[in-house]
Amino acid sequence: MAKSVFYFSKNKLSMTPLNRWDLVALILILSIISLIAFGAREMATPYVIGQSIPISLDPSYLLYYALRSVLRMFFALCLSFLFTFTIGTWAAKSHRAGKIIIPIIDIMQSIPILGFLSISVMGFIALFHGSMLGPECAAIFLIFTSQVWNMALSFYQSLRTVPSDLIEVSHMYHLSGWQRFWRIEVPFAMPALLWNTIMSISGCWFFVVASEAISVANQNITLPGIGSYIALAISRASATGVIFAIIAMLLVILIYDQLFFRPLVVWAEKFKLDANSSENISRTWVINLLQRTQALKLLSKFFSPALESFTNLSFLSRSKLVEKEINPKFNTITNIIWYGAVTIIVIASALFLGYFILENIPLPEIGRVFLYGLATGGRVVAAIIFCTLFWVPVSVWIGLRPRIAAVMQPVMQFLASFPANLLFPVMVFLIVKYSLNFQLWATPLMILGSQWYVAFNVIAGTIAIPKEFHLVAENFNTRGWLRWKRIIIPAIFPYYVTGAITAVGNAWNVSIVAEVVSWGNKTLTATGVGSYIAEASSKGSFPELALGITVICVYVLVLNRIFWRPLYEYAERRFRME
Amino acid sequence: MLEEKSSNIILDIKSVDKSFKKDKRQELLVLKDINFTMYEGEIVALLGKSGSGKSTLLRLIAGLLNSTRGEIFYRNKLVRGPAHGISMVFQQFALMPWLTVFQNVELGLEALGVPREERRERTLKAIDMIGLDGFESAYPRELSGGMRQRVGFARALVVNPDLLLMDEPFSALDVLTAENLLSDLLNLWQEKKTNTKGILFVTHDIEEAAWVADKILIFGSDPGYVRAEIKVDMPHPRTENDEEFRKLVDHIYTLMTTKPDVDEKRVTEYRPKAIGLGYRLPDVEPGVLTGILEFIYEEHDGRCDLPVLADENYLDADELFAITEILEILGFARVQKGDIEMTKQGKAFTQADILKKKEIFATQLLKNVPLARRIRRVLDERHNHKASRARFLSELEDHLSESEAERVLTTAIDWGRYAEIFAYDSNTDTLSLENPN
Repeated sequence: MAKSVFYFSKNKLSMTPLNRWDLVALILILSIISLIAFGAREMATPYVIGQSIPISLDPSYLLYYALRSVLRMFFALCLSFLFTFTIGTWAAKSHRAGKIIIPIIDIMQSIPILGFLSISVMGFIALFHGSMLGPECAAIFLIFTSQVWNMALSFYQSLRTVPSDLIEVSHMYHLSGWQRFWRIEVPFAMPALLWNTIMSISGCWFFVVASEAISVANQNITLPGIGSYIALAISRASATGVIFAIIAMLLVILIYDQLFFRPLVVWAEKFKLDANSSENISRTWVINLLQRTQALKLLSKFFSPALESFTNLSFLSRSKLVEKEINPKFNTITNIIWYGAVTIIVIASALFLGYFILENIPLPEIGRVFLYGLATGGRVVAAIIFCTLFWVPVSVWIGLRPRIAAVMQPVMQFLASFPANLLFPVMVFLIVKYSLNFQLWATPLMILGSQWYVAFNVIAGTIAIPKEFHLVAENFNTRGWLRWKRIIIPAIFPYYVTGAITAVGNAWNVSIVAEVVSWGNKTLTATGVGSYIAEASSKGSFPELALGITVICVYVLVLNRIFWRPLYEYAERRFRME
Repeated sequence: MLEEKSSNIILDIKSVDKSFKKDKRQELLVLKDINFTMYEGEIVALLGKSGSGKSTLLRLIAGLLNSTRGEIFYRNKLVRGPAHGISMVFQQFALMPWLTVFQNVELGLEALGVPREERRERTLKAIDMIGLDGFESAYPRELSGGMRQRVGFARALVVNPDLLLMDEPFSALDVLTAENLLSDLLNLWQEKKTNTKGILFVTHDIEEAAWVADKILIFGSDPGYVRAEIKVDMPHPRTENDEEFRKLVDHIYTLMTTKPDVDEKRVTEYRPKAIGLGYRLPDVEPGVLTGILEFIYEEHDGRCDLPVLADENYLDADELFAITEILEILGFARVQKGDIEMTKQGKAFTQADILKKKEIFATQLLKNVPLARRIRRVLDERHNHKASRARFLSELEDHLSESEAERVLTTAIDWGRYAEIFAYDSNTDTLSLENPN
């Protein structure tokens, strides 16, 4: 190593003229900023409930609509980060708070949030009376709830597992709590947080689409966006409109994938704790571009003192004593107050919910809704079975062929982030055309979007089978079923379970939009708790809505606890290869 | 060296106890009545087996933990939190992988609010001094273990520490790298290139302690206490072949392997070490025991010098003591005055074939290890001959911390399975008397 390699070499930077990559990067960055500003201004226009927002099927509007949809996603993402950094941190730092926050997040993660949409719409419209911000915020809120939980949970878990020697370093070298947060805890949490962010964004396109065209309390509220565009296309039975919307969404996701997803994955490598991952750092053109630009380096040099003073803010007191001495007596008292308050709130809300439902809905109907839940559950089970029977063999076939797998994996991840509700009209069109029984054919709609989770997880599992295993199988001439039974199925099992849990959770959620679909003026309804919720929300009947959501939550949570979670733990313990 | 020592006291440790809370009722005592004084110009080594609380003591001095009883004074001031003037080097380096070498070293200065320009200057100087020139912009993952620990040293030295604490700083490195780094550090120390007035380090490597330290504190376990304090008045550089050096090492080995409360005369009549149910069984694989016994039997006729045994089998002190401890417990060998000697059972075990070996092992295990005996008896008494792992775990937790109980039980189950005195199903976490199939 030459002696001249310095950390910052001032003259080296300022001497270099701008290069052509600077121009490209500059244009890219400026255009993104101005697009955001433009879209944000449009969001704050006045709005009165009942007023219909004109949506045009003219494809030239699509670009604008796509921008609005993307913007909503990004605003929600900002909120998600804010929530993650505040509530996630609080849960990790305070034992008491964590005990309550974490189970709540855990439950929110697995219940179908789509059901809450109409409630939040009414709430936000009341809050921002007379402004477009009302429905906009409701949509953003829904997208936020689809993203945030796994992000917050991953951040919480990372904060809880920061290696103790790094924490000791922070104490030894007198870092303040604020410095420790930005210098140690956040960077440590970064890889997992980024990965979860990526998963969240992939999953949230569905909700971006679903949140834009809402029918609530006999009102149709449509926000400018791809979701409203396709809703209009459906109600006018315009096949070309549907196709345009699908193409627009494909482009949006493709751009997002290239501009954000891949660079983020590469960037996250930097924070990984284990040292031997440096060999195959993947590259993407965006990162290459950014690294080639001199301007960006200058910019970072310009901003780094500001960033530094931010992380070194000294108003927060330095932590002096490390082991906190807690007065046990005081501790018990505050404990009693805290947990007492929590218990009262929980009981009160349970009573209120019970009263609210029982007061307004007769008992037999409650029983009926539970049966609806069974019907939806049956569809979910059927969907996952068919999905498994088809995708497991296909994915293993792909996974065993590295070259095909290398092509298929990103494609499938891409398909997984594509919102399935954009494809519903295509399916519905076919169902109507061949007059199929929708009670049965609602099933494929529910798994349409989440089948990819099963597929790419199984592919990943197949790829992960050590080469030696295949050699052993060859050596002993193990073929056919025996090979599947002894090698392939055990090896992919944990991966399959992970994929299946995601797919099933999604299917329950999707049931709310998949059990009632329409094409033109024809509406198809399948019996189930999903369609019950959808109807309740378009009628604006809140007790029914509350009942529907409660039922679906009960089903999902109970199934998770008694089936999926034990299965997952078993798979991890028994079959996970270290 | 001696003449340069002033009477200035850096550290004064007075009757320090430390216990950790296990749960609401129980406390686990890890350090008991620690007393010592450290003067300017001294390098002090804390030497002991793992689990003797020496790292805990280091953390008490660093202000990372509070003592349960007693007081620690640094420069006549009571330690109540990380003090300015003390810095620390960590066993696993503890570098931030997301910061460059430069940024890692700079971290401590940044926290102290040193202005940017001065920071840069001092950081570069420290990097230069420790021999990391040219690696300023590298990330820790690009560096080898030895280079990473150099970053750890630079980070510790850049803040101009008065007292440098080191927690097994070389144990994660291979022997050559460790020696190289250690001698570089000694050079810095002797040439007074830093303002550091004292170095206190934790180690389990006997030769390492003998090589650099002016004072060695030998720790005993359960709970940790200072068993002996040895002053080393040997000039640097010390060499391993030196007669005096060899004597010192032998002396330390002897100190570390004899129970201090056992009178030497009484040891001549050999009895296996008696242990209780909650004894911290060291985790050593049966295969390793077999290998070591064979080595002693074949290469040294059943009697071997401990340093030789360690040297020729590449064992560090922790591994060595774990092995000798369990050989003594099982009654396969006895340790005396720095030598290990095989017993009749030990020799019989070595000469037996695989099946016979298991038989002998089973006999000795049941006879000498109460935990194994307990498991077997419970299984015998139950009519279905089955018991859950958790049952024994909770019993052990009356004596040990949670993680330690887990470790000890795992070890006992491993030995029991090897000896075929019971079977274990990891899917259901049950112990039984059945053989699989």
